[in-house]
Amino acid sequence: MDSSTLIAIASIVTAGLTTGFGCMGPALGEGRSVATAMTALAQQPDASATITRTLFVGLAMIESTAIYCFVVSMILIFANPFWNHVIAQTVAK
Amino acid sequence: MHLSPDELVFWHLGFLKLNATIVYTWALMLVLTVGSWLITRRISTGLERSRWQNLLEIIVCGMVEQIREVGLAEPQRYLPFLGTLFLFVGLASICTIIPGYDPPTASLSTTTALALSVMVSVPWFGIRKQGVGGYLKTYLQPTFMMLPFNIISECSRTLALAVRLFGNMMSGAMIIAILLTITPFIFPIIMTTLGLLTGMVQAYIFSILAAVYIAAATSGDKPAPAKSPAKST
Repeated sequence: MDSSTLIAIASIVTAGLTTGFGCMGPALGEGRSVATAMTALAQQPDASATITRTLFVGLAMIESTAIYCFVVSMILIFANPFWNHVIAQTVAK
Repeated sequence: MHLSPDELVFWHLGFLKLNATIVYTWALMLVLTVGSWLITRRISTGLERSRWQNLLEIIVCGMVEQIREVGLAEPQRYLPFLGTLFLFVGLASICTIIPGYDPPTASLSTTTALALSVMVSVPWFGIRKQGVGGYLKTYLQPTFMMLPFNIISECSRTLALAVRLFGNMMSGAMIIAILLTITPFIFPIIMTTLGLLTGMVQAYIFSILAAVYIAAATSGDKPAPAKSPAKST
């Protein structure tokens, strides 16, 4: 196996792992926060505006960690710097 | 398949490149300015008004109300900046129902520019509200030991703003593009509607977070005790 194959294998496997594990934590966190917000809404329907706004802001904050993982895996697949470096070296030869 | 609309170049002359991001950004700006100019040209104060004026009034009043709820006492002062952010990001994601359109916010350069303008506007509003010294004191908030951490948080939240918006818009476009190759007919439509929802939520989040940052910079805990001795003397 030459280095380009190794880089391809490592990038693809890592991209899958990154999105997989990176979605797990935020999914658990978002589930917990939505469940708590539902309980709060059921107990105090009057405060629904504040609860909903805080929930949306919090969800976006939690979700952004998953988005970071997604961006990293997209970079690994579509714009991999190491892969581009190896290709540039091969072309130069 | 391309990662961002930057890679779609319509026209280039030497080092000048006219890519999809610039074209769609200017198109959106044109739609927003010409649209609001056309609507406010014949504005009426009576009971009878056009439906477009109603739409604008609903949007503006909603934004004023949201800004006030975040904790900014004079929403009119912050409405031009925060409202522009919301309208631009919101329209950029609504227009994804037009075929052949790429949201300019799916490019990291656009979102970085928006996040940088938030980063600059926070000290601007803070200094206008409580003066240079009063604003700089907020960096030493609990103790002077927190100075580096406050500066780091200033930079990291700018990065987070930019990457959050970019990632959300880019992932929407990317997922639709991937699904088109797998299940071409029904499922991409569902994901497009979901993308519209997340796009509006992201526009809301972006402007609300900017409002929260500005509120944190302008309120401060210091002015209240600083005023009371000034009154007594």
